[in-house]
Amino acid sequence: MGTSANLILFWTLAAVIVGSSVLAVTARRMMRAATWLLFVLIGTAGLYLLLNYHFLAAVQLSVYAGGVLVLFIFAIMLTSANGDRTEPQDKRRIAPALLTSLAGAGVAVVAVMKQRFLYGAPVEGDTEINMKAIGTALMGSGKYQYLLPFEALGILLLICAVAAILIARKK
Amino acid sequence: MIPMHYYLILSAALFFVGVYGFIARKNLLAVLISVELVLNAVEINFCVFNRYLYPQQMEGMFFSLFGIAIAAAETAVAIAIIMNIYRNLQNIDVRHIDSLKH
Repeated sequence: MGTSANLILFWTLAAVIVGSSVLAVTARRMMRAATWLLFVLIGTAGLYLLLNYHFLAAVQLSVYAGGVLVLFIFAIMLTSANGDRTEPQDKRRIAPALLTSLAGAGVAVVAVMKQRFLYGAPVEGDTEINMKAIGTALMGSGKYQYLLPFEALGILLLICAVAAILIARKK
Repeated sequence: MIPMHYYLILSAALFFVGVYGFIARKNLLAVLISVELVLNAVEINFCVFNRYLYPQQMEGMFFSLFGIAIAAAETAVAIAIIMNIYRNLQNIDVRHIDSLKH
């Protein structure tokens, strides 16, 4: 694929991600905010595909867009008694929030633009990581392999599931 | 190849949109959605650094992978807490959650 096609894809995804994220934090109805969040997550999966991380794009779609968003929609439907509308925005909080985020974004953009990155030597041919390498790294216990974090994450997820049931159930 | 700066500036924009929402919104679920935006920005950064600076390794991808899993666990617990708050107070506005005991 040529560079210009990649650039067009990137700009399209960037427009989707930034536009949808702004709408997600400004939408008055919570259900619409959740829908805009879905578009941000799908756009991020597109970015992973553009970077040739195909497995990560699949995980992003199935865990975030499939799992986390369903949780959000359940929670919104269970907690929106008064017609799915949040109360009007507090005008006093918008100015400091805008100031903080714009100042932070300015600092981050200046820092990124001043930095000269030393790109690593590109991999020849296909840059996609094959599934066997991912599985070996995830299940091995050697150097640069991730069996211990994987198991710890499994225990964390179990604890979180039990804790969520314990917290959310009726007395 | 797309310059790396483009990705980093995109994820910085996403991050600070999330920060804006975290401060400005009052609905607890909207705050949680903003946190998800911030986490997404960080995960994009991990992948971009991995792909451009160390293309032979895959540590950044695994960090993103574990980050996604931890974000899912965190969302489950946060939503359980929000449901509990809603059951006790009948709304999820952050201004009403200023006392720990009832």
